[in-house]
Amino acid sequence: MKICGKNARCRMMEVFNILLLVFLIICAISASLIKNPLLSVIVFMSYSLVMSIIWFLLESPDLAITEAAVGAGVSSILFFVTLRKLKALSEGGQREQDKR
Amino acid sequence: MSRIRDNYERSLWNRLTRWVNGEADPFEGKLEMEPLRESEIVGDSVYNPERLDRTKVEQYVEDMERNKEMKAFRILYSTASVALCLLLIAVLLLAVSWLPVLGDPDGPNNNEVSARYVEEGIEEFGAVNMVTNMILGYRGFDTFGETCVLFIAATCVIVLLQKKEEKIENARENDWKYEPKPDSILQKVTLLLVPIIFLYGFYIILNGHLSPGGGFSGGAVIGAGLILYVTTFGFHRTQRFFNKKVYEIVKVGALSLYSVTMIYYFYTGANQIKSMIPLGTAGDILSSGMILPINLFVGLEVACTMYAFFALFRRGGM
Repeated sequence: MKICGKNARCRMMEVFNILLLVFLIICAISASLIKNPLLSVIVFMSYSLVMSIIWFLLESPDLAITEAAVGAGVSSILFFVTLRKLKALSEGGQREQDKR
Repeated sequence: MSRIRDNYERSLWNRLTRWVNGEADPFEGKLEMEPLRESEIVGDSVYNPERLDRTKVEQYVEDMERNKEMKAFRILYSTASVALCLLLIAVLLLAVSWLPVLGDPDGPNNNEVSARYVEEGIEEFGAVNMVTNMILGYRGFDTFGETCVLFIAATCVIVLLQKKEEKIENARENDWKYEPKPDSILQKVTLLLVPIIFLYGFYIILNGHLSPGGGFSGGAVIGAGLILYVTTFGFHRTQRFFNKKVYEIVKVGALSLYSVTMIYYFYTGANQIKSMIPLGTAGDILSSGMILPINLFVGLEVACTMYAFFALFRRGGM
């Protein structure tokens, strides 16, 4: 990330970068601390999304596309499938299944 | 005689061999065994003594008032984990502070290797996107190995998780049978979105040498689109156009074609022969020699792998 002088637009980008990094750290900590596995996976997904924006701002769009597709998309889906197999999803979903 | 045998049985070597062979019973001679009690029905509820014993033991262990050891262990465990985490953060931050400044002209990362990548990459491999030049041109060997690793990973998942087709249909514990949910909004939106996702994935793959992207990212996008289609319409409808046979043909075909092109490159490069494939004008869609087909092979490989992971985890078959 660039070092800015008095350029107002550049300053704004710097603030945006810092906001993203703070959000990234919050996501990382809360993903490991949340007890509910479903919420944890969703927080992890948002972590990947923020990370992909940061990759884009660091001028590596190749990595940004890959992070968005693999980190936020496929890996979270695999997490969801695993949770479903382990029957660790919320009560509501299971009751819905029992009704059928 | 019996003394010698006793000595042998108590010796370290015998215990070790028994432990290695899995015959050792750590509770032998130390624990009083109780025969298994059967569960009885008392009134409405089923009285299961085994489970009751288990909960009793758990309660006893969790009782922090009495179990001082457990309490001490818990406190030690949490403090040790926090301390370890802080130590790791400190070490990483220290390492980062030693890194050279980004964009420093005298830094060790600004050497003749990266200068050559930037200056002569377009001339030597013909792709405008410098990252593609690097990963499929200069570092083509590494990318080829990576694709092989992906292939092996997918094969291992198949070996571990695949079930027979009749077993999948008859299994009671399979929860995928409740899918797809007949949700018309979801189906309409998926019908609208999936072609666009596929188109975008192929765009990323085919423009890998011109714009950001390439085989891996485009393949992941196509794989995600396939997964979306499966979750909406179910496996039976997907099997019409993407079943195990198609998967095998696409995956093995892509990898073998990729290896053939890489062998050509390795052969010509190692023997100082000039490559026969024309590079074309840099910036055109049909340019940069074999980078475009290689991107396509990698993309197909990755898309198949992503879909295979999902299908095998969900259903146990394609």
